[in-house]
Amino acid sequence: MTRKRRRLYIVALGMLSLAVAAALVLTAFEDNLVFFYSPTDLKEKELPEGRLVRIGGLVEEESIQRGADNRVSFVVTDLSNSVPVTYQGILPDLFREGQGVVAQGSLGPDGVFVAREVLARHDENYMPPEVAEALRKSGEWRPAEESAAQ
Amino acid sequence: MNRTATSSQQSGSLHRFANPARFLRLAQAVFPWSAGAMALCIAAGLYLGLFVAPPDYQQGESVRIMYVHVPAAWMALFVYANMALASASLLIWRHPLAGLIAKASAPVGTAFTFLALFTGSLWGKPMWGTWWVWDARLTSVLILFFIYLGHMALINAFENPERGQKAAAVLTLVGVVNLPIIKFSVDWWNTLHQPASVTRIGTPAIHSSMLWPLLLMALGFTFYYVTVLILRLRAEMLASRLRAMNRLAAEEG
Repeated sequence: MTRKRRRLYIVALGMLSLAVAAALVLTAFEDNLVFFYSPTDLKEKELPEGRLVRIGGLVEEESIQRGADNRVSFVVTDLSNSVPVTYQGILPDLFREGQGVVAQGSLGPDGVFVAREVLARHDENYMPPEVAEALRKSGEWRPAEESAAQ
Repeated sequence: MNRTATSSQQSGSLHRFANPARFLRLAQAVFPWSAGAMALCIAAGLYLGLFVAPPDYQQGESVRIMYVHVPAAWMALFVYANMALASASLLIWRHPLAGLIAKASAPVGTAFTFLALFTGSLWGKPMWGTWWVWDARLTSVLILFFIYLGHMALINAFENPERGQKAAAVLTLVGVVNLPIIKFSVDWWNTLHQPASVTRIGTPAIHSSMLWPLLLMALGFTFYYVTVLILRLRAEMLASRLRAMNRLAAEEG
């Protein structure tokens, strides 16, 4: 075995063991690496009351109710489970029915999620307004996004 | 310098471009073309992206930040991948140019990473409602930025430049783990950052009127990297030749 070949094997072996180590660490910490839980995760995990978490999902259609002093309540859904959310404060511009949102806060005893911060989540679709309009007319549009585009 | 020149003449085809004089001749020929292509692509990309491309149906005019943000983020990964290849060939084959390529690439990669983080933050405030979040995508890119900074610090921390290059090469190879984490973070975990639009399987999720300026900018940034790499390599070679001459003069005097 030449020295070059030996160095090649050492580097390859080093990279391989690093990759395995990284994969193990990332799998072990998976729960801490997710930025938010879906309403389904929230239900399955049965987190202790009052613990600070983030939930993410779509704002359910026709669920937004606005009150005085910037108070707003809406429902976050992942289309199989949903959580009612209340929030007081200024919402991001992209916040609409059907839009993806991430809310940070805690689950109250009544099952209502009290949010301290609400962020809008943008999806990967980029298109001019006319194309969005045409897609909506032809019916090639996911219903969850329908009101988001209006 | 003398030692590397003779060893490159002895060995095989991989070291064909390791001869500094031959490399400089090749670089000299490529340089005007890459500089010209860079200016053309970036000018056309900026014009199309800022004036011709339509506003987005949801983001409005803020979508134009993407024409800088996305190519900068691609380049941050591409330059690092290039540095990793150079570092591997330095450690394994002792390729004399490879250490200089890694050294010359690091500041360019750092700048692109910073640009991606900065423009992303500017976009995040109006769209998400926050300048910064600690989600997997943003955090892993920030780590990449710190690896770049560490590389530049480490490579200059040694009295002997070759030892510095080797130490920095090991750091670069360790940091390669981060590249797939950055790329796939948006698929593996829930993140605030949206998933990939252009490299999505099937049709890209981005309209062609927006895709063209984006690709032009990416091409322009690539030519920028090539152009700056040639300039920096030339300077590094002259500096190392100067060091060798100084050493020789000191020994004789």
